[in-house]
Amino acid sequence: MTASSPEFVPGPKIKEPRIRSGRVRPGAEQWSWRFMRISGPILVILILTHLFINLVTGDGVSQIDFAFVAGKLASPLWQVWDLTMLVLALLHGGNGMRLLINDYAHRPALNKALHAALGVAVIGIIVLGALVIFTFDPCPAGADASLLPSFCKDLA
Amino acid sequence: MTAVAESPAVGEVTALTVTLKILRTNPEGTADHAAGESYWEEFQVEAHATDRVLDALHKVKWDQDGSLSFRRSCAHGVCGSDAMRINGRNRLACKTLLKDLNPARPITVEPIKGLPVEKDLIVDMEPFFASYREIMPFLMTTGTAPERERLQSPEDRARFDDTTKCIMCAACTTSCPVFWTDGQYFGPQAIVGAHRFIFDSRDEGQWDRLEILNDKAGVWKCRTAFNCTEACPRGIEVTKAISEVKKALTSGDV
Repeated sequence: MTASSPEFVPGPKIKEPRIRSGRVRPGAEQWSWRFMRISGPILVILILTHLFINLVTGDGVSQIDFAFVAGKLASPLWQVWDLTMLVLALLHGGNGMRLLINDYAHRPALNKALHAALGVAVIGIIVLGALVIFTFDPCPAGADASLLPSFCKDLA
Repeated sequence: MTAVAESPAVGEVTALTVTLKILRTNPEGTADHAAGESYWEEFQVEAHATDRVLDALHKVKWDQDGSLSFRRSCAHGVCGSDAMRINGRNRLACKTLLKDLNPARPITVEPIKGLPVEKDLIVDMEPFFASYREIMPFLMTTGTAPERERLQSPEDRARFDDTTKCIMCAACTTSCPVFWTDGQYFGPQAIVGAHRFIFDSRDEGQWDRLEILNDKAGVWKCRTAFNCTEACPRGIEVTKAISEVKKALTSGDV
């Protein structure tokens, strides 16, 4: 063996012990990647269905007015649908922006500032959007009845 | 093939004049250009259609301007020294024929992108090699070494055959848009190098390497742009190899 020769130079020290754990510590970047892979297809289904219901069924684009939107937001199905779409779209898009910031903003202060601004925007829009979805009043008092959804008559 | 080119009996290979437009940089500066400034310079070269870009570069260096600097060693696509950006794509100058490049227009030759230029077409490869060293590109085993060679079935060998072809020319890593903007990324080549050991049945260090690649600068920075697969002069399916590493990490099996 060369180990006996005086010129023997040991190789770089290898981390010991090497345990074949078979599992990897769940790293943040790995979960970010998994989230993008899972939320992407779900968003495609949510958004295409949303566009199809709004623009293709019924009278198409001309049906969209206050009464149509108010009618949709009064139904629990569409409340959950819109909330899921809102949260997933913002987290998916926000995570994509986070990766872009990591790619391009190398100065630590700039990187931190952009991440903070992104976080505020994402959380702010989710909170505002959720407020609209859950506190929307489809039958405001004193409004012209012809502009309101049909079920408002029963309430009055 | 050069024997064919010089033998009129078989069929004359047409001689042509090509223009090489080379992005040059001189760290000491020249009469017209400041030190470290990059500028384009054109050279006219008499060549055959079957000549390679490397032959044209040799003609420039040997007959026109000896200060032109580029790396090449074996000149036959094995050593991986002469990767450069030819007509906007990363290729080996010794494997790119002039006739495949539309010699009617100037052929642009630039150093590979994303690594610091030292002179003309020579870049500092150290960041690239540092990434490769980080994934520990050597056999890692436990227990005592066997007296004979470590045997492997043909199927086990085929599992990582594609990634054994890498010649470390850096064409893939320097074609990667993520590497251009963030030099912290390991880059496709280091992941190919890791893949070659991770999927080797004789190696036992796969989880050490996978943990390194699970890092912030590891495989998750890959956006599957496929530039690396397109650039590889050895035809390695680089993006596929990266995806296999991602799958090993998400599924937990190698």
